[in-house]
Amino acid sequence: MTRSQSMQPQSAVGAPVARVDGRLKVTGSARYAADHGPADGIEGVVHAVLVEATIGRARITGVDTRAAEELPGVLAVFHHGNAPRLPYRDNPFPDSINPPGERLRAFQDDRVRFFGQPVAVVVATTPETARHGARLVEVRYAAERVGTDLAAGTPGGEPETYGRGDVEAGLRSAEVRLEMTYRTGRNHHNAMEPHAIIARWEGDRLTVWEKTQWVADPRNELAAAFGIPQESVRCLSTVVGGAFGNGGRTWVHSVIAALAAREVRRPVKLVMTRKQLYSGVGYRPAYEYAVRLGSDRSGRVTAMAHDVRGETSRYESHADDMALGRMLYTTPHVAQTVSLVPLDVNTPTWMRGPGWSTAAYALECSMDELAHELGIDPIELRLRNEPESDPATGSPFSTRRLRDCYAIGAREFGWDRRNPTPGATRDGDRLIGTGFAAGAYATERMNAQAYARLDADGRVVVQSATSDIGPGTATSMSQVAADASACRWTPCASTWATRCCRPPRSRRWPGRWRASARPCRTRATCCAPGRRPRGHRPGLTASRRRPGRVVVRDGWLSVGTDPGRGETYPQLMGRNNRSHLEVIGSYEPPEESGFSMYSYSAIFAEVAVDARLGLVRVRRMLGVFDAGRIINPTLADSQAHGGMIGGIGQALLEHTITDHRDGRIVNADFAGYLLPVSADVPDVRAIYVDGEDREADPIGVKGLGEIVIVGVAPAIANAVFHATGRRVRELPITPESLLG
Amino acid sequence: MDISALPLGEITFTPEGGLRLGALARMADVAADPAVREAYPVIAHALELSASPQLRNMATIGGNVMQRTRCSYFRDVSAACNKRAPGSGCAAREGYNRGHAILGTSDACVATHPSDLAVALAALDARIHTRGPGGERTVPFADFHLLPGTTPDREQDLRPGELIVAVEVPPHPRPLASGYLKVRDRQSYEFALTSAAVALHVQGGVIRSAGVAAGGVGTVPWRLRAVEQHLVGRRPAGGLWAAAAERAAEGARPLAHNGFKVDLLRRTVERQLRIVGGGS
Ligand SMILES: Cc1cc2nc3c(=O)[nH]c(=O)nc-3n(C[C@H](O)[C@H](O)[C@H](O)COP(=O)(O)OP(=O)(O)OC[C@H]3O[C@@H](n4cnc5c(N)ncnc54)[C@H](O)[C@@H]3O)c2cc1C
Ligand code: SF4
Repeated sequence: MTRSQSMQPQSAVGAPVARVDGRLKVTGSARYAADHGPADGIEGVVHAVLVEATIGRARITGVDTRAAEELPGVLAVFHHGNAPRLPYRDNPFPDSINPPGERLRAFQDDRVRFFGQPVAVVVATTPETARHGARLVEVRYAAERVGTDLAAGTPGGEPETYGRGDVEAGLRSAEVRLEMTYRTGRNHHNAMEPHAIIARWEGDRLTVWEKTQWVADPRNELAAAFGIPQESVRCLSTVVGGAFGNGGRTWVHSVIAALAAREVRRPVKLVMTRKQLYSGVGYRPAYEYAVRLGSDRSGRVTAMAHDVRGETSRYESHADDMALGRMLYTTPHVAQTVSLVPLDVNTPTWMRGPGWSTAAYALECSMDELAHELGIDPIELRLRNEPESDPATGSPFSTRRLRDCYAIGAREFGWDRRNPTPGATRDGDRLIGTGFAAGAYATERMNAQAYARLDADGRVVVQSATSDIGPGTATSMSQVAADASACRWTPCASTWATRCCRPPRSRRWPGRWRASARPCRTRATCCAPGRRPRGHRPGLTASRRRPGRVVVRDGWLSVGTDPGRGETYPQLMGRNNRSHLEVIGSYEPPEESGFSMYSYSAIFAEVAVDARLGLVRVRRMLGVFDAGRIINPTLADSQAHGGMIGGIGQALLEHTITDHRDGRIVNADFAGYLLPVSADVPDVRAIYVDGEDREADPIGVKGLGEIVIVGVAPAIANAVFHATGRRVRELPITPESLLG
Repeated sequence: MDISALPLGEITFTPEGGLRLGALARMADVAADPAVREAYPVIAHALELSASPQLRNMATIGGNVMQRTRCSYFRDVSAACNKRAPGSGCAAREGYNRGHAILGTSDACVATHPSDLAVALAALDARIHTRGPGGERTVPFADFHLLPGTTPDREQDLRPGELIVAVEVPPHPRPLASGYLKVRDRQSYEFALTSAAVALHVQGGVIRSAGVAAGGVGTVPWRLRAVEQHLVGRRPAGGLWAAAAERAAEGARPLAHNGFKVDLLRRTVERQLRIVGGGS
């Protein structure tokens, strides 16, 4: 904690308190999915290692498991030829977030749908033996022609369309027209913790220790796959070592682990290798994003056509939300098509700022191109197109403080010192440029339920079916709980979740599961022994007669007219012989709120480009965010910095590369897939504009975890243009794209 | 076999001013050695720009020179690779080859040698000292790493049972200005796209000797003799650096994804000549 007790504000929400589980994490004692063992009642665990297809599209003609099975310690090898048929009930939205299509099943047929698909699993008494065994399994294939390249022009499926006004007429009559196509490479989440699961059966009941962003999803998907009631599956997830969207759905390896555990009648642990994470779980798909812009000379954008193509698998259609272009600017004529191209790849999934970060790259670079074309300052251009109400729906915005973001950001960044001419600022061998981009992200609201208990010792316990994926959910929840129970926020020994799975019976979605610093997740406790204000007398008999007049502050209950007379929660419960008080609360967002709700970003970046060598270095970056109420500024900074660093990766480094001859990913490790390192991350700063959003939810939060990456890549790309005068319309921006 | 207990960790200077690095000297220790930094900044720079501090604390000079290519097909056992499995083919030639070599390649293999230190040692005319069942040998650095030819699985001139015991840098005429430049996508912890090691001895306003080598572009640490020849006997002025660097990519055979290296190599060499030799 950075504040002394005496300075602690009345409200715990808003205080920059340290993570309640921080010590556990930095000392290595926090237990991630694969770390569980005998202490958690898991005895006799055995180990599973996947065998992946080494071909991009094929029929399996034979699996030779003899060598593996002869290895001492190998218990079993499963593949499509011997795996039990599983019921695989449908598991559609809203019980799951499986996209439309038929999900990849655990060894249920002989098809290879993508390079790296699990085709067998070896179960052995040690991880080493299982790995050795996996190397010995020989799979024979009848190869088929593979198509994995979005740029090869494979036609997409039926596009999702959006339109308002008459875009073609709008473009025809525009004084200025621009047309360009932006391309983004495939990105992988690359969380530190690999996907991992321990599966244990007791009769027909399955317990899994799973890496997940949403504890109800493994429960629902495993129940569906094995055809058992949801109540028969328990999912435990304590801490999660980052997920960024990839823990949203339950992937096939989890079903494989449970299948193996059922067959060998032992708990099975399966930990994916870093390499397997490039094909076994999802990724941010590659996109081609064509933009046609029409504007008048004063910079009013009159028409905008967006035609988007994105990669998906042949068995599922994962669609990212490309709505940014519909709501960010007033533009009267807008047309959008979003088409998914089925390829021989595994299904993509959400990755931080899904859809919105990709759309922001295209939209915000095109706005920068327009600003340059018209000779209008890029921020001024945005202001000239700033809507008063949501142009897509006509609804008022709940809150939209984007103008404030621009103004604060411009002031803090020193935007007015910018020489608008590209390529005009030099520092030795380097060209200096600054760039700007705006962004938005939809505020998502889900049904949520939480259980709260006030113990006789004054401790408040809050539980909800969710996991802490890293934003500090246990901490922010305990802050909210402290305020809600009017108790003093004190971190106590057990502040941290040990079990997160208490799926309430009728709920569908667990809390707000993606943004940061939001309430209603995991279990959180805060100690609230209650303090009697100095000179105050005990006793609160009045409360019985007029409960409505009881005032609680700092855990001290008193009656409105006589604040000196009161008692603490422990006293109250002691007097009434109660061990605890408990309540289950739930939240259901109104079907129609009548408001458009988004978080917003304004990103400013300064880059230095060594143009002769093609090297782009980010020098400093500022993000100004309108995310509603900030529960904890320290946690918010960790989200914002992480998101902005992710944006540096998206802009300059990160690119999953496929060898299109066979669909093999050729840089499936941290040496080949480049994430920003400390040296690439200079001065990164975040500012949050003041304000809550009471329309968004009862505690005024709009969500921060996603918006922090939206706008970063275009701000950097625009800065590169400003530095060099060269427009690169492809991410990541590599040295070769700047040479010549 | 664990050789870490052998007494091969010394960093010593010969009376004539040469430098002898024991094969087990740690990368971090050599990079931090004040005498090395003073006499051969190019070695210290090349080491400091290699790998990560943790790796440099453990890794040795012998191991660094011996390290194998980062070609991802070489490290993926399900891919064809003549270096790993002779005769199986080369997946990189027609595959994804952005990181691969443009110099010294053959039909059989186009992988780069990844070491930074080796580039500096090539520019400094180093020698490798080995010991084995047949006694001691000294191999000029330029001959130590083998071009892939038709046998990319044979990478060094090292006989069965032989060990590197030391790397020796011969005495160089003084003053010697030297340094190493590494060009890469991210600012740290990545192998080179291109790199240049330069050592210049300038006396009386004339370049008397030049050692120039490049990394990230060759199947072996690549000595740029044509560049050196253009420099020696000339005054470090005006367009000399560019004219010399122009010859850096002679004989380059670019592949589908690494064509940019041809130009980038020239520019890298030009930049580093200017940084070491001065002028604009
Ligand atoms: C992630 C990563 C990034 C890296 N980045 C870079 C980089 O940017 N630049 C760079 O130059 N290097 C880089 N390296 C390589 C690193 O610097 C070390 O050189 C390398 O790891 C080998 O060092 P080592 O001493 O551990 O050798 P080892 O791994 O122990 O040995 C390597 C090989 O050499 C053999 N060998 C070792 N010593 C001798 C000897 N005395 N005689 C004969 N054979 C011997 C071994 O048998 C083995 O085959 C990187 C390595 C990693 C893992
Ligand atoms: S370039 Fe060399 S190392 Fe790489 S695949 Fe080809 S033969 Fe193997």
